[in-house]
Amino acid sequence: MASSPSSKAESAKAKSSNAASTQAEPVDDLTDRDRPSDHFDAPAPNTPIVQPKLGIVGYLRFFWRQLTSMRTALFLLLLVAFAAVPGSLVPQISSDPNGVIQFKAANPGWSKVLDALGVFSTYTSVWFSAIYLLLFISLVGCIVPRTIHHINALRTKPPKTPIRLGRLAGYVSTDPAEGVDVEKGIADAQRILRRHGYRTRLYGGDSVSAERGYLRETGNLVFHMALVGILLSVGVGGGFIYTGQKVVVVGKSFANTLSDYDSISPGRWFNPDGLTPYSLTLTKFTAIYETQNINAIGTPIDYTAYVTTQVPGQKPKKQTIKVNTPLRLGNTDVYLLGNGYAPVITVRNPKGKVVFSQDVPFIPQDTNLTSQGIIKIPFGLSKQLGMIGFFYPTECDPRDCGSAPVSIHPGLNNPVLTLQSYTGDLGLDNGKPENAFALDPTHLKEIGGFGTSTPGITLRPGGTAKLPDGLGSITLSKSVPRFVSLDIHHDPTQFWVLTFAILVFLGLLTGLFVPRRRVWVKAVRGKGGVHFEYAGLARGEDPRLSEAVLLIAQKHSQSLGLSIKP
Amino acid sequence: MTQADIVQYSLVAIYSAMTVYALAFIAFALDLAHRVSVARASAAAPAVPLASSLGAEAAMASGASTVTITRRSGGTAVLDRPDVDSEQPVKHSKAARLGLSFTVIAWILHVGGTVLRGVAAGRVPWANMFEFTLTATAIIIGVFIFMQFWQDLRFLGAYVTGFVLIFLGVATTDFYVDVVPLPPALQSYWLVIHVFVASLGTGFLGLGAGLAVVQLLQARRVGKGLPRLQGIPTPDRLETLSYRLTVLGFVFWTFTLMAGAIWAEHAWGRYWGWDTKEVWTLIVWVIYAGYIHARATRNWRGSRSATLAIIGFSTVLFNFTIVNLFFKGLHSYSGL
Repeated sequence: MASSPSSKAESAKAKSSNAASTQAEPVDDLTDRDRPSDHFDAPAPNTPIVQPKLGIVGYLRFFWRQLTSMRTALFLLLLVAFAAVPGSLVPQISSDPNGVIQFKAANPGWSKVLDALGVFSTYTSVWFSAIYLLLFISLVGCIVPRTIHHINALRTKPPKTPIRLGRLAGYVSTDPAEGVDVEKGIADAQRILRRHGYRTRLYGGDSVSAERGYLRETGNLVFHMALVGILLSVGVGGGFIYTGQKVVVVGKSFANTLSDYDSISPGRWFNPDGLTPYSLTLTKFTAIYETQNINAIGTPIDYTAYVTTQVPGQKPKKQTIKVNTPLRLGNTDVYLLGNGYAPVITVRNPKGKVVFSQDVPFIPQDTNLTSQGIIKIPFGLSKQLGMIGFFYPTECDPRDCGSAPVSIHPGLNNPVLTLQSYTGDLGLDNGKPENAFALDPTHLKEIGGFGTSTPGITLRPGGTAKLPDGLGSITLSKSVPRFVSLDIHHDPTQFWVLTFAILVFLGLLTGLFVPRRRVWVKAVRGKGGVHFEYAGLARGEDPRLSEAVLLIAQKHSQSLGLSIKP
Repeated sequence: MTQADIVQYSLVAIYSAMTVYALAFIAFALDLAHRVSVARASAAAPAVPLASSLGAEAAMASGASTVTITRRSGGTAVLDRPDVDSEQPVKHSKAARLGLSFTVIAWILHVGGTVLRGVAAGRVPWANMFEFTLTATAIIIGVFIFMQFWQDLRFLGAYVTGFVLIFLGVATTDFYVDVVPLPPALQSYWLVIHVFVASLGTGFLGLGAGLAVVQLLQARRVGKGLPRLQGIPTPDRLETLSYRLTVLGFVFWTFTLMAGAIWAEHAWGRYWGWDTKEVWTLIVWVIYAGYIHARATRNWRGSRSATLAIIGFSTVLFNFTIVNLFFKGLHSYSGL
């Protein structure tokens, strides 16, 4: 696309814009010397370059300069963007562990390659980390000298007025006039410039040099430092994060101790003794489903968990948790992330003695809350008994939907529970941790259900059925309680990340929209008297520079009663 | 009036808007053809602006006010004060004026239809892909129309109306969903803020990319020594305009990313989780950050940074279409 004439024009442009600072006038020798050498506003390199012999230090310096150059930063930025792509194409262990399992099952060959490359955890992989760490090192290498430079610039007066303003941006001049008081004219100019927020300095009594918009560079630096701040907050604070899950059935409680979590993923520096003691009791859970809109019957409209919280030394408090309003409790945040049904199931041995009686949370499988639950009874019956159950809150009439049960509404309108039974070693007594929500039937013998001559068990609320093989009986309670699954997080990075994010945003606004510019006003004696010249120099993007110079020129010339040359 | 009636009125308004957009597109396309033929005619005429490096250098040295060198019949190069920078109003072809009028009419219908959709749903009209497309395209056109007060951008009319027409077409045929209540996860004031600012950002980034396309075309014409298209600014001027719009879009995008993180913390319990949509929003952000760096890197101004602006907007579109429809993630609110 970039044909040779246009790239020639580009380099000509780059050269000529530097002409303003290097060729035309010695504006100041500080001019962004500490910017990366290939920054648009930095002085152009002297060509041809005579390559000196580099020692080890020389090479280190060379590589450091390369790393902190604009070109490298640009390259690394685009590389980060590119490297982030694979993680969005392939399921990630952190956000979608089940997806990873499914993906690996479907693509066994591919998965080995991807696994070796760490694509299933792209964002913590070595190569991705290397890219963003290089980017941030490059960033730090760039902002440190620039910060020092900027602090110096803040204490430096505006630079000397260039000799020929006519070569600079926005140049205008007044018509020459006799009997103009130069000193007063320059004093006026200084006053006007100051009022417009410029720092000013007089040079030689016939010119004033002014600069404004230091906030631009301040904002720019704050933006980049705050990005480093976010990275550090996440990197350091991340070790203190812990996230735990807990399923709570209505009427039951959760206490914030390690043993009461169903699962917990602690950060590197997690201290189980540091858990803030509190407890919460789920007193009620309401789920409201759409009933009016025929396009959306059964769509959830609201979930509310009513809890009573108890922090030691304080009175119990009644509070609610909703999907978008987590409960902030004792330096943790409690989120309502899921809900379902927990049928109360009672199993008796043939003599009528209760061997199992508890609510079993069934995990929802679809939007109509068809749910799967597992019952394990290792003791009390003549054999170990395992059951896989399906719960349908609103079973479709078999005349409409066929004989296989289907749930057609998430509300509890026509609940049915079906169970398949297995016997064999449930693996609960070998000391290995077992997933309470899964039953692996491969080593078990099915004694009732689809795979056998004995039909599966079907129960409605309040109903009782015989267990196969004369093991005893099973009863479903009259009412089916709800459960909620809560996520309990402690994340001390949140505060810092938010603070730095706000700084990033403010820095971005000032760094992009505050124009940094120099303006000069100069009295020139010549034929026909004295005239004033005005010109400006953009430092960074400044599309309105000419307008700004013209505004100063108009105000100044009006105050002196002069007219601007058309 | 029932909800179903209002939904119907809304759709009728959108279809009408599409019809008028189609007319606007035709008018703008004719206007572009007109500009090309004017440029051809002037190429035959004696005064030919040279795109020599000398010209470019002289132009830059004098700052914002550009100077062109015109070759007179005698063969001497004469420095002329320019007409070139397009700050002066250009006389518009009938087609361009007609195109803009059609666009305004279509936009009023479009906004009306979008508002009616919101009224029917009893909430903001951007809770699924269909509604989001209506709102985002209305914002693009709105920004385009109001930009005309600041800067003549009629030459972008064909691009803008064509783009919006395609998206409205896809929205009404492929993205359409009935009005349904908001799921609990979307019931948040962040829906109003986060999604609206995202579409605002999309509008600005889209126009910026459009200008970058014109910039590339114009730079190629200038590079070949062909005359510029009538009423279309110099590549430099186009680049500045594109930059200003893109930077605004970038600010909105930054806000979208941050607001999204805050909302994600409320709804999903973490502010960042490398969800596919989060990843792509970050990719877009990083590419535009690259664009802004490119503008500050020597030898990267001009066509290279323009290409980045176009790539950036392509990722915005990818994020909106492919990621929404085919990638698995938590942002599954397309309703499809």
